[in-house]
Amino acid sequence: MIWVIALMVFIMLVGAVTVLLVDSHVSAIAASSAVSLALSVIFVILQAPDVAMTEAVVGSGLSSVILALALFRLNRNKAKMEQSDA
Amino acid sequence: MRNISALVFASGLAFLLLVITWQFILGGAPMLIGEAILQQAAEELGAANLVTSVVLGYRGIDTLGEIAILFTASTATSLVLSSIAEKTSAKSKPGLRDDGTILASSASLFFPLLMTIGLYIILHGHLTPGGGFQGGVILAAAFFLPLLAVPGRGVNHSGLALVEGFAGASFIVIGIIALFQGKAFLQPLFGHGEMGSLLSAGSLPLLYIAVGLKVGAELSGLLANLAEPSGNGDETLSATESASTEQTSMQAEKTKS
Repeated sequence: MIWVIALMVFIMLVGAVTVLLVDSHVSAIAASSAVSLALSVIFVILQAPDVAMTEAVVGSGLSSVILALALFRLNRNKAKMEQSDA
Repeated sequence: MRNISALVFASGLAFLLLVITWQFILGGAPMLIGEAILQQAAEELGAANLVTSVVLGYRGIDTLGEIAILFTASTATSLVLSSIAEKTSAKSKPGLRDDGTILASSASLFFPLLMTIGLYIILHGHLTPGGGFQGGVILAAAFFLPLLAVPGRGVNHSGLALVEGFAGASFIVIGIIALFQGKAFLQPLFGHGEMGSLLSAGSLPLLYIAVGLKVGAELSGLLANLAEPSGNGDETLSATESASTEQTSMQAEKTKS
């Protein structure tokens, strides 16, 4: 069991560093969602299924969707402003 | 380079926090309330899921506060987003656009499955892990998926607001009914029932249904508001690639905190 936890912690660390170092914002969002997914596995191992469910649904699902939608909105507004400037 | 310096800063902060936490005595902390709840909850409330009896039975007002926070956040977001949408909608008219057969058909395939899972998690909140919040988010995902497949279809915002208001009001009304019966606010009503059956744990399932409907309606309204005024998606995709360094560092700071 300790090896599963160690593997999940490793995945979380890799994901978190990936968020920092990767260039594309969409990839950063995907990596942060992977961090949440690994964290939810750890919560299951720690016998906290309620928290694990919340983490999987909210952390890796909803928050990444909201971040991605906000990113698209930002980019669209930026493109529009550049168009109106030119 | 800035990312790496931020990383060094964060690890230094983590080291400091570790040193500080090392000072505390790590032993059996005297959690008297937790112990008492663990011993009493099963016979007092009759909910098979102990977390539910804490979230709705012993800490009902906290849950009400959480709902209020979510309501405020979603209201403010939709207020800001709708004011932007009014400006932009005059220029770009979103037409009905299909995002491909695979996405569209899988969205219609997943809609009933997600609805079933979400309603199951909400209704069995007092028996199995999960509850109103988790099930509500899954319901919101079920309603958002068709919108993602066919953008510009629009959602019935007034209907969502009706469901949301009704659910929030019924949560408070259940709490007030307890007041009229001489109990504390939000104290569970009705008998325990048989522990483990669907109709047990008094009014806790009703409260969780209210929470689930409210969270689901709020979040699907929020996601629909975020996704709604979608022009032709070409410019958004190309603009994603050109990431400015400023935004990258901002995001790095955000992940730290």
